Amino acid sequence: MMTVKRAYSLEACIGAETDLTADTVIRAKGLDLTFQTGDGPVHALSNVDLDIGKGEFVSFIGPSGCGKTTFLRVIADLEQPTGGTITVNGMSPEEARRRRAYGYVFQAAALYPWRTIEKNVALPLEIMGVSAAEQRERVKRTLDLVNLSGFEKKFPWQLSGGMQQRASIARALAFDADLLLMDEPFGALDEIVRDHLNEQLLELWARTNKTICFVTHSIPEAVYLSTKIVVMSPRPGRVTDVIVSTLPKDRPLDIRESPEFLAIAHRVREGLRAGHSYED
Amino acid sequence: MTDRLRDKIIPVTAILAAIVVAWYAGSYAMNAPFQRDLDRRAGVTSTTWEFVAKTMSQPKPTLPAPHQVAVNFVENTFFRKLSSNRSLVYHAAVTLSSTVLGFAFGTILGIAIAVCIVHVVTLDRSLMPWIITSQTIPILALAPMIIVVLAAVGITGLIPKALISTYLSFFPVAVGMVKGLRSPELTHLDLMHTYHASPGQVFWKLRVPASVPFLFASMKVAVAASLVGAIVGELPTGAVAGIGSKLLSGSYYSQTIDMFAALVAGSVVAVLLVSLVGLAGRITERVMGGRPA
Repeated sequence: MMTVKRAYSLEACIGAETDLTADTVIRAKGLDLTFQTGDGPVHALSNVDLDIGKGEFVSFIGPSGCGKTTFLRVIADLEQPTGGTITVNGMSPEEARRRRAYGYVFQAAALYPWRTIEKNVALPLEIMGVSAAEQRERVKRTLDLVNLSGFEKKFPWQLSGGMQQRASIARALAFDADLLLMDEPFGALDEIVRDHLNEQLLELWARTNKTICFVTHSIPEAVYLSTKIVVMSPRPGRVTDVIVSTLPKDRPLDIRESPEFLAIAHRVREGLRAGHSYED
Repeated sequence: MTDRLRDKIIPVTAILAAIVVAWYAGSYAMNAPFQRDLDRRAGVTSTTWEFVAKTMSQPKPTLPAPHQVAVNFVENTFFRKLSSNRSLVYHAAVTLSSTVLGFAFGTILGIAIAVCIVHVVTLDRSLMPWIITSQTIPILALAPMIIVVLAAVGITGLIPKALISTYLSFFPVAVGMVKGLRSPELTHLDLMHTYHASPGQVFWKLRVPASVPFLFASMKVAVAASLVGAIVGELPTGAVAGIGSKLLSGSYYSQTIDMFAALVAGSVVAVLLVSLVGLAGRITERVMGGRPA
């Protein structure tokens, strides 16, 4: 009961905070999504209210089935909500998708195996009808951004898992959308590679000033990366807590041993536990 | 090298030797009664070895011995003018031309059918049963009808034979390509959706490249089926040339050695065709970034 109360009060103060930032990129109100399955309906999302401002780094964390990926897919117009409203850049997700408002990074790198790395990064540009000269220039720039210069002519299988995932991030960045949706992009990688990519991602975020929505299973990853952490819980999938990070924007890896970091991590863990006790 | 010797050359040679031995034994057993009859009538007595040798040098044996087939094959392949009616190269070339034409038609038709099935829901639900039914009709029953019907409308020669090859070869291509065009993973399709790609872009940039390995696998089956179709097509047409006609005339005149040599020629053509398609597949795969095996 205690934790639930605090979650409400926290959410209230987040609401106040996001109202101050004029540019809201994503606004969800009472969002519902129910999948009709063979075993009856599954409530993937239930009454989700969330605002995400421009330039924020928002992590979604929660156990399997809490709807964090579903929420990301609703933003991307890959799933249709069954209730409530959601806007992306002030328009419907479909309209935003048509205007190529976001880049999406999947859990698996999902590179096309018959294309070289540069051709994979050029794929969205080809589809969007960018001229060949500009394609070359952008591919070079984005591969530079993810430290993959020199691997242009390699095929995906010739790269390690971490490099493949970096290539897929480059592909999502290539067409310069302001919003980056990342669905557990580092979930399948080992701890060391993951640390490294987390650092690089923060650096990239600082340099490009994009809005990033990031789904993860890992509490340290969520706390390390985010300006805002959305804690979710399953059955029905819902938001139980929204935590604004007090960590500075500049974050060396060893910030993860600081008391401030640990305090936020503790709060996230409490939030996750509250979601579970609700179920029992 | 020694690995290759142990893994490939020795087992293959051993099996081949076993087949040859069994073949010789069989040809002795099947030719002996007739030879015994001949000897009795001529009043000839011969030693065992002489008798065995005679069973394997009959002009029209029930089952020719391997060396008889080999000699006939080599003579008719390498020591005949190409224009000669006895040249196996000439007959193989005739069959090959309708095989290749029929295979080309079949591949195009198979791909076209697969594209329709994948993109048109109605055809997806209705076309497959017809296609499967078409393959349950024995081609031997159908081939004469195709030839007769087409001859009635004035189409004769290469095309009718090629169409029989087409009939056999479109099926594996259609089935393989339906699977191939549907093979892209969900995330690969989702990715296209996030780019707001048009159906045409999804088709050319995702479905087609993803289906290439399936295409070559099914083309290997299709090319062999095409050859069978071409040979079968030569049987009821009273064709004067081609491996099929060679088989037919051989059976009319009990030229068993000629028939076996024609069969060998047919298998050589089949091996060549399947290897060529396989080679084309490997080259394409390499160009498309396939991991070397």
